[in-house]
Amino acid sequence: MRLDVDGAPVEGDPAPGQSLRTYLRGQGRFEVKKGCDAGDCGACTVLVDGAPVHSCLYPAVRAEGRAVTTAGGLAPGDEPHPVQDSFARHFAFQCGFCTPGMTVTASTLAEEDLPDLDRRLKGNLCRCTGYRPIREAVEHAVRGCGGGCLGCPSGQGDAPGDDAPVSARADVRPPAADRVVQGREPYTFDVDVPGLTHLKVLASPHAHARIVAIDASAALAMPGVHAVLTHEDAPVTRYSTARHANRLDDPRDTRILDSVVRFRGQRVAAVVADTPALAEAACAVIDVIYEVLPAVLDPEEARSPGAPLVHPALTPEDGVAEASRNVVASWRGGYGNVGRGLARATAVATGTWSNARVSHAQLETHGSIGWIDADGRLTLRTSTQVPFLTRDELALVLDLDPSTVRVFAARVGGGFGGKQEIFTEDIVALAVLRTGRPVAYEMTREEEFVRTATRHPFRVTATLGADSDGRLTAMDIEVLSNTGAYGNHAIGVMFHGCAESLEAYRSPAKRLHAEVVYTNTTPAGAFRGYGLGQVIFAVESALDDLALRLGIDPFELRRRNAVRDGDKLGVTERRHHEDLIFGSYGLDQCLDLAEAALRRGNGVEAPPGWAVGEGMALSMIATIPPRGHPATAAVTAFPDGTVEVAAGTVEFGNGTHTVLTQIAAEALGVAPGAVRLRTSDTDATSHDTGAWGSTGITVAGKAVHAAAVALRSLLDGGAPVPSEGLTAHGETDGKVRSLAFNVHAARVAVDVETGRVRILQSIQAADAGVVLNPAQCRGQIEGGVAQGIGSALYEEVLMGDHGSPTNPAFRVYRVPQMADVPETEVYFAQTSDSLGPLGAKSMSESPYNPVAPALANAIRRAIGARPMELPMTRDRVWRLAASVAPTPVRDAQPSDLR
Amino acid sequence: MDLTTVTGYRRPTSRDELVLAPGERFLAGGTWLFSEPNRDITGLVDLQAMGWPRLEVSRDGLTIGATCTIADLLALPPHVGWAAQPLFAEAANALLASFKIWNEATVVGNICRGFSAAAMLAACVTLDADAVVWTAGGEERIVPVAGLPTGNGTTTLAHGDLVREVRIGADALHARTALRKIALAELGRSGAVVTGRAHADGRTVIVVTAATLTPTVLRYAAPPPPAVARDDARAAAGFYTDALGAADWRRHVAGVLAAEVAEELA
Repeated sequence: MRLDVDGAPVEGDPAPGQSLRTYLRGQGRFEVKKGCDAGDCGACTVLVDGAPVHSCLYPAVRAEGRAVTTAGGLAPGDEPHPVQDSFARHFAFQCGFCTPGMTVTASTLAEEDLPDLDRRLKGNLCRCTGYRPIREAVEHAVRGCGGGCLGCPSGQGDAPGDDAPVSARADVRPPAADRVVQGREPYTFDVDVPGLTHLKVLASPHAHARIVAIDASAALAMPGVHAVLTHEDAPVTRYSTARHANRLDDPRDTRILDSVVRFRGQRVAAVVADTPALAEAACAVIDVIYEVLPAVLDPEEARSPGAPLVHPALTPEDGVAEASRNVVASWRGGYGNVGRGLARATAVATGTWSNARVSHAQLETHGSIGWIDADGRLTLRTSTQVPFLTRDELALVLDLDPSTVRVFAARVGGGFGGKQEIFTEDIVALAVLRTGRPVAYEMTREEEFVRTATRHPFRVTATLGADSDGRLTAMDIEVLSNTGAYGNHAIGVMFHGCAESLEAYRSPAKRLHAEVVYTNTTPAGAFRGYGLGQVIFAVESALDDLALRLGIDPFELRRRNAVRDGDKLGVTERRHHEDLIFGSYGLDQCLDLAEAALRRGNGVEAPPGWAVGEGMALSMIATIPPRGHPATAAVTAFPDGTVEVAAGTVEFGNGTHTVLTQIAAEALGVAPGAVRLRTSDTDATSHDTGAWGSTGITVAGKAVHAAAVALRSLLDGGAPVPSEGLTAHGETDGKVRSLAFNVHAARVAVDVETGRVRILQSIQAADAGVVLNPAQCRGQIEGGVAQGIGSALYEEVLMGDHGSPTNPAFRVYRVPQMADVPETEVYFAQTSDSLGPLGAKSMSESPYNPVAPALANAIRRAIGARPMELPMTRDRVWRLAASVAPTPVRDAQPSDLR
Repeated sequence: MDLTTVTGYRRPTSRDELVLAPGERFLAGGTWLFSEPNRDITGLVDLQAMGWPRLEVSRDGLTIGATCTIADLLALPPHVGWAAQPLFAEAANALLASFKIWNEATVVGNICRGFSAAAMLAACVTLDADAVVWTAGGEERIVPVAGLPTGNGTTTLAHGDLVREVRIGADALHARTALRKIALAELGRSGAVVTGRAHADGRTVIVVTAATLTPTVLRYAAPPPPAVARDDARAAAGFYTDALGAADWRRHVAGVLAAEVAEELA
């Protein structure tokens, strides 16, 4: 077969069932990404004879004689297409994995498409940005403003080449921008590895079973099959897929392959073969005999007497508190007299709130490529947020010296916590060691749902009392978290979820009873917000009920109860913490900013007859995860005036690379264009805990800042710069943490006849300290709000009778499309943090946290009934509205908030 | 995605080559076939080389060939007097599939796949289209499109049966039409679609799809009052629950949309 790809002839016959996507990638055209492989996300969009198609759905055979255009060929030579240039200029990407397909689609649009952009771009999903900058980029490109119009970003950061010194507070474009928009920035699988073999996994059909026997002889007899791995090949050392600075933070309950499977979809065996198709075919002929065991799917049942036990043999030594009741961990305690507080309250609000499992839905699926390098080291190129912690754990589990293992990440196509885990590296490492061959394991989208992790589903019962002035008299909170079959992040998510959510309020009495339990369901794991959003949903909903009952404005109620600068903090005891400080305090400003914006309105009117309501919620978050987050960095000056920054942290859409560049450039007084980065590689520096807990700036940035400042003083002191460079080092232990704040407010319209919810105005105010790269920080907030809207209104991983997902595809799991995300007004408090680098605080996870309760409170005030369950889908909202009043509240006005 | 179990690819040019071997499937646009692993398929039989006309317009009406894409149908110039023609674009927009998919996906493929949310099916049923079926046994039969689906994703078509074309009569094409759609997300896969057509003489057809497992066709000699359309829609059988909506909600909103369609057509 012959065809033309980006103007060059290509020859080679495809397999009969091959899609154009894999054919093109097989030809080295890595601009064509795989997000879903099912036609839902658009990351693989190419033009065929000028018409845009999803190449994953296009039979490769049909491409014969046609002209195919990828994102790399939209414009001649290395030049970006105008729409690509506009994407780079408008910060219209974060991780950038969706961007090549997005720009190919956008390149086909004309002025008459602009009023219908939501529909024209509904076949392209972006998980990071919240779409606002994408919309702007497309509009400006299609109108042909060339970047010169008033609405275009301008200023220092916009200068191509970044050749002038600029402040870290400027909107500098991401260093990879031009490559990302053309699809030329390599991600994990955008590399050609000679002799690469492929790994596929055989999944458990049972929620709980003991493997009695595995007969892999038929698979092994297939030509091209190199190995079949089973539990007999796996080390006995248990670990957690979750990664933290301290490996004892998570229960050691997982083996690479186990003789007992505890959820449907768990790995039973893995095949290594010459092609993915062959590996899949070999999996199909492995004969497994199971002894099916009783399973428990419900978390309340799981901790009840007589329930089947998920990990009966584990003990507190393994990090499991009470395996005999399936309880991984619990937190019980309090201060003050809750009973008396509730008894003396003028109003008491109580209820049980729950949230669904949510998929991270980062567009790049998990995956690793492993090989033995020339020095004999086990080497893994992997889509991870935690290269160092992964290396250390693999070395421990596989009984290797850490110096014989190298783990690195290319640019990562989104994470959201889902890649603070070892989901592919372990089995790839085992396969490489067994076969000696390079091995790739690229998860499918279905595997993402079935075999990685989701957000933890919580049930939270909150009972809050307040006096007639609205001052809290007591907070009584019960939490039940379902971690699924494995305890990755079970403990951390429960503790963190209950910490800043309850610490955010002054109350004379608090009582907490929290437990996290095992069930025979798909594991839950780290997800943006790390438990906070689940508890905040309950607390902020209950507070809204108090405000309604007492007739107090909800902003005012928060002002009367939220923590103030310098307050003692606590959940089960109130005290000052040495490691948790108010490095700056901007919650008061956030409340004022959000309230003023809501009062101002935005002129968007509700459709006639729809009920209208306003809602708000706040959230607080520590700027670094607890108990240490060490990082090191090195900055090197070269005689030619260039600078190299070596740091461990990973770029996955968080914008860290841009900011690290800016921090070093500002400290050294050079242009960002003079700074090179060497990151996300265990060879780059000695240690980095990883890019999670929003630590890209507060930890990695701080280490880079320290190194750059040290280098500056060496240079200022007249130190010579040898040809190999002059290096200074910086480090931080990340032990002391500050506090950041977010307030979300919204005005919504609800069609009570259908349950449709339209967000008329979306507002978020944030205290990020000194805002480094405001365009990027705004993007983090907009993206967090968009993901919050998804969790609030649309997204739910539905669990079937076997405790595994029944909707593992984007056509039935609703990641927000452009049409679902309104523009959010973003406001920043003016504070400067005493702890963070250049006064900055974290701002990546936290914008997500207050969104769902703010929307729930708005819906409550629109329809007169309180949402108790996320997501607030149209069918649920309709049912809820129908439950209260034959004549719904149709005329709620801002004054109703008071 | 790659169909890893497929080992054969045929491009027939005559009807006698259209006989399917076990494991073979017809390939029209491929947009559904390639969207799931479909591990029971071992061979693809590409219909493109048959060279069938994609669209045929005549005094009798419109014939949509088996390889006509949704984009082809939407590109058909407006035909004088065919008030129903805009229904096709509205139906296309009711699909989750974006305009890029329309470039490959076929109208007939959408019908044959038989999903409850198939909007091309909704449009064709609303226009009382007939399907010309080339049976596996070499026969030809003509059946109403509305009679093809038997459930959400199942049809009366046997392995090897081929819908050669869909015929829509001029009478139906002269009717006015309306479409309402709702999903759990604004542009998501439909939870309920209500379509309708109304003739100058008052004959009115209202069709519920996506909310009921198979199309629900309501026929009236005179335009129904919206409340009647609403109640009739809610009285239909086959409302169901899945990831795209709960049965009680589907029943309720089908009524809401039916009333809106009746009102627009009145």
